[in-house]
Amino acid sequence: MSLSKIKFDKKIILSFWIILIALIIAAPTLLPVFRLNLLGRYLSLSIVALGVDLIWGYTGLLSLGQGIFFALGGYCAAMYLQITSSSEFPNNIPEFFALYGVEKLPFFWEPFKSPVFTFLAIWIIPALVAGLIGFLVFRNRIKGVYFSILTQASLLVFFNFFNGQQKLINGTNGLKTDVTQLFGQMVGSEFMQRIFFWITALLVIAAWFFAKWVVKGRFGNILIGIRDDEPRVRFTGYNPVIFKTIIFSIAGGLAGISGALYTVQSGIVSPQFMTVPFSIEMVIWVAVGGRGTLLGAILGAVFINYAKSLVSEALPASWMFIQGGLFILVVTALPEGVLGWIQGDGPRNLLQKFGLKRKIETYPSLEVKNKEGNNE
Amino acid sequence: MNNKDLLNLIDITVSFEGFLALNKLNLNLKKGELRAVIGPNGAGKTTFLDVITGKVKPTKGEVIFKGKSLVGRKEHKIARLGVGRKFQSPRIFENLTVKENLEISVTTPKSPLNLINKCIKDEQLNEIERLMKIVNLAQKVDSKAGSLSHGQKQWLEIAMLVGQKPDLMLVDEPVAGLTDEETDLTADLLKSLSGENTVVVIDHDMEFIRRLDSNVSVLNQGTVLCEGTMETIQKDKKVIDVYLGRPED
Repeated sequence: MSLSKIKFDKKIILSFWIILIALIIAAPTLLPVFRLNLLGRYLSLSIVALGVDLIWGYTGLLSLGQGIFFALGGYCAAMYLQITSSSEFPNNIPEFFALYGVEKLPFFWEPFKSPVFTFLAIWIIPALVAGLIGFLVFRNRIKGVYFSILTQASLLVFFNFFNGQQKLINGTNGLKTDVTQLFGQMVGSEFMQRIFFWITALLVIAAWFFAKWVVKGRFGNILIGIRDDEPRVRFTGYNPVIFKTIIFSIAGGLAGISGALYTVQSGIVSPQFMTVPFSIEMVIWVAVGGRGTLLGAILGAVFINYAKSLVSEALPASWMFIQGGLFILVVTALPEGVLGWIQGDGPRNLLQKFGLKRKIETYPSLEVKNKEGNNE
Repeated sequence: MNNKDLLNLIDITVSFEGFLALNKLNLNLKKGELRAVIGPNGAGKTTFLDVITGKVKPTKGEVIFKGKSLVGRKEHKIARLGVGRKFQSPRIFENLTVKENLEISVTTPKSPLNLINKCIKDEQLNEIERLMKIVNLAQKVDSKAGSLSHGQKQWLEIAMLVGQKPDLMLVDEPVAGLTDEETDLTADLLKSLSGENTVVVIDHDMEFIRRLDSNVSVLNQGTVLCEGTMETIQKDKKVIDVYLGRPED
């Protein structure tokens, strides 16, 4: 896989950031509330995609169970919102409990009365669960397809558990957040949605930089080493189990943050977050955007989801065909994803086909630098 | 067994579902020794390395390295104790550059916290430069290891092995697919490493083994058939029978 980076001028990078920040600030005034809300949701999905890229694109762990951690983050946020907005309901507990005759708050809800605990829980609980599942799986040297199947099976276990526990977390109905209060404001209000959009945009950038920091340098090289040849890493004296557990845990934490942001912007968290197709979609975003590129994961998540809503509005029920077709197209024609293709030799090869660029006869690294450097 | 021995293999038996890959193999290595191991296909040469490096657990027997038993230890723990291995076909990280490959090998301690927090130490950078000069890869520092030629890959892997600073180097077919010139250079390199390091070389290439000018162990059917200098083993009747082939055949 070619990961060669296009070298940008400093000026271009600076203007890119200025435009990006201006767009983020201006988005709420440019876009109607409905579209803004959709964009905010898709941006929050790009954080879980970053995690998928870290574990799959860099470390070679194809997890089909990221929905677990995504939903856990969402539930943490929703439990806090429900509990702080339940003062007018019987027994001062969230309204749905009355439907099932529950009078006392289940014990695990108690800590979610604290906003500080909730902020930490949103990413620490999914990270811990991921770390625990990961450690057990990696320690037993379960790899490849077996790892993917195991993560999907775990996803189903979590789905069935959450789906069946009406008395604990409202089961299949999920927890609604849009009519709850946060700091005296209605969560579903236009004002709050605007704030959530900005928070999401900032967190996407923060998560992007964090992921770049993780894969930079020797730590990231070990991840790539594990992906390409794990026994070799082992015989060099590294313990791959620890590295894989750490990166899986990081991806879990990112999924939790993503799930919490998605929940407050879509107004509900439910076991639907833990369905099998949704977790597979996360992998498709990364595959289409470009594995091992980080930015590709963000762009893949945002653009595919935006396309999904546009297509679904115009031609209902046709989206699944388009998504499937897109995946097949990428796997066969652009195995490195769109961004991977652009950053690699893709555009050059395409231009060559139309005779617009000279053919490379030896190593690209030798010819491209020398010849084109002289021409300029 | 005596105290000068770095490695003792005692009655090692490895059974794969009844098939004996190694059968009561005994082998002792002195500190600083260069030892060649030869044998026909299926003699158990690679299994022998797998047992030392922890990839395969012996069914019976004991592996003593620096006075400690290696049996049951994990691969990375054995590597940290000072056993380095070069694989048969070059196993390098093709998507990383030459320098990044060497960084992975020279870095100590090999913990995640050290890797993510701290920059690589100066002495380790110097070591990388020294290694790249030894194996003639100084100009390829930032090239992807995957773009190297076969011979360069072999050399990079040897450099990675040396960079790990192991007390015992296990080198599996280092000259497979190399040109004569490269083979000679490799032999010189391995000879220069022994003395300070203990080196075990596995190969088929008789010319190369002769050039190493070392003690040779001949493996056959999972056990040591004969040990001695190249001259001795070439005259040994058993060796001629199983490996070198009789002239009249």
